[in-house]
Amino acid sequence: MVFLTRVSGLYRWSVTEMGNTARILLRSSKFMVGIFIIIAIILTIIIYPLINTGNPTEMKALAYQPPSKDMVLGSDNFGRDVLLELVYGTRNSLLVGILAGVIATAIGIIIGLLAGYAGGITDDLLTALTNIFLVIPQIVILILITVSLKQRSLVISAVIIGLTTWPWTARSVRAQTSSLRNREHVNIAKISGYNTSKIIVSEILPYIASYIAMAFILQIGSGIIIEATLSMLGLGPYNTITLGIMLQWSILFEAPAAGAWWAFIPVCLSVAFITFSLYLMNSGMDEIFNPKIRS
Amino acid sequence: MAGYRKYILRKSLWYFLTFIIAIGLNFILPRLISGNPVDLIVQQFSQGMSDTNTMKRIYSIFIQQFGLDRPIVMQFLIYLKNLLRGDLGVSFLNYPRTVSSILASAIPWTIALQLPAIIIGWFLGNILGVLAAYKKRFFDILIFPTALFINSIPVFALSIILLYLLAIYLNWFPIGGGYSYQLTPSLDLDFVFSVIRHHTLPFISIVLFMVGGQAIGMRSMAIYELNADYVLYSKLMGIRESKIIKYVFRNAMLPQITGLALMIGMMMGGSLITEIVFNYPGIGTWLFRAIRQLDYPLISGCTLIITIGVLLANFVIEILYGFLDPRIRAVQMECD
Repeated sequence: MVFLTRVSGLYRWSVTEMGNTARILLRSSKFMVGIFIIIAIILTIIIYPLINTGNPTEMKALAYQPPSKDMVLGSDNFGRDVLLELVYGTRNSLLVGILAGVIATAIGIIIGLLAGYAGGITDDLLTALTNIFLVIPQIVILILITVSLKQRSLVISAVIIGLTTWPWTARSVRAQTSSLRNREHVNIAKISGYNTSKIIVSEILPYIASYIAMAFILQIGSGIIIEATLSMLGLGPYNTITLGIMLQWSILFEAPAAGAWWAFIPVCLSVAFITFSLYLMNSGMDEIFNPKIRS
Repeated sequence: MAGYRKYILRKSLWYFLTFIIAIGLNFILPRLISGNPVDLIVQQFSQGMSDTNTMKRIYSIFIQQFGLDRPIVMQFLIYLKNLLRGDLGVSFLNYPRTVSSILASAIPWTIALQLPAIIIGWFLGNILGVLAAYKKRFFDILIFPTALFINSIPVFALSIILLYLLAIYLNWFPIGGGYSYQLTPSLDLDFVFSVIRHHTLPFISIVLFMVGGQAIGMRSMAIYELNADYVLYSKLMGIRESKIIKYVFRNAMLPQITGLALMIGMMMGGSLITEIVFNYPGIGTWLFRAIRQLDYPLISGCTLIITIGVLLANFVIEILYGFLDPRIRAVQMECD
């Protein structure tokens, strides 16, 4: 979350420059390395289940068998194939992150746009709401909600995470929108008789699109980490595999003490590579949209 | 100064409101969705019991003790009243130990782990960040990707990896806990030494995590400042490099100081998983146990402590900033 606050100072950006921007992005080595890792991960989680069609929850061997020809990453505490679990866990964690990111970004945009564009009492109320939920720690709300739920699925976890991460996006979108509201091009659009929704879509959104894209990428990363944190607290989704749940098992069944590094180090690396590539993409985008911080 | 007084008053009111909402959430969320927590406790207490009369008696005692037979508004008021007296209820898990006494024993452990780690990590990270921004060619190529990668490894993953490598594989440190089980807490040398040995690994994992994040933040702040007009102007004026770095450093520092204060505020909830991984006797480990046993009073005690820390830190920062930087005060006042 520290990251989300750091995305600041949006470079003015118009629609006609979009093609241009895409070309600069392709030249940013940070962005390209980031997107390359993500694509490699996505291809792996799509292709591997086609090759190894086994069921990730099937118990195939004794507990904590070291890596072998049959099981490249050995078996976990239940005797399951760690590699197969890892692939499904990564897929599920990514899905949770993306869904949480979509929800958080959508709510953030709506609240931020409403507050920033409408101004007045609407702005005051929405800003107060945003500030209150910025200050109350997200992990606390998440613990209190999830501990009370008897049914927790992947989707429910993602929705709850999304519902508690929006204030970051909302605050920035509001700040950008309210500074755009009195610009000349917006006034011209108003005089020309455009209705509010059209002004927002054609005169406001293009200017904050790059910011929203960057915030969305960070939301995915933080969604994955929050899911893992909740799972390790024992509040993750039931009857499924995510990276966090795999880590929780390896802690509960003392994989480190058993010397079964294959049960947790690949999982840690998977989380690390996903978040690393997302941060890299974000950092590359930041340097392009915000030339002042280019080194 | 009248303006500042008004500013403090406004901020205090806002934080009071936020605090009430946070307490309200703390009170209402578990009760809203799960129905009656007493059902769960009685289930636990009466496992294997067949005497329905005894079960009913247990049930009604608990209902009375938690005031669940009264309307929800009354319950909230009782909750508030008890809170003011520092009474957070009785833990289900460690009946009849009170939640406040458990928290009082856990908080010093968490502070002892987090506070030094945050401060040392913060200093190291900021120094590396400035170096990375200033000595572009060498440090930036080396430090930035390393810091970004270390920072991408979530702190819980870092903890597990360190636990395996240093405590189990190399056998340099104990596997977990706060001190050796053979010792009883006292102020003798053996005990202190044992505490330090158990403290080192979780401490290192938090420091490592902090360094990465701080270095990245400081680097981008410093680059932003280095590209500012005043730096170019000072260079053209022929001001010494070291002097310019001092200006840059001072300006880039402000947001980092805010970050430090926020992290100190987030301290209670900042190392939950690290504590669990190392079975360290702080808030995180208690919270973990409480969640596994559905010990609602203890869970809400832990979340309350985390919330209070964060709210206090934010409040202090805003008050100090309003005092230090008149512009912030002015912006706030314009909003009225």
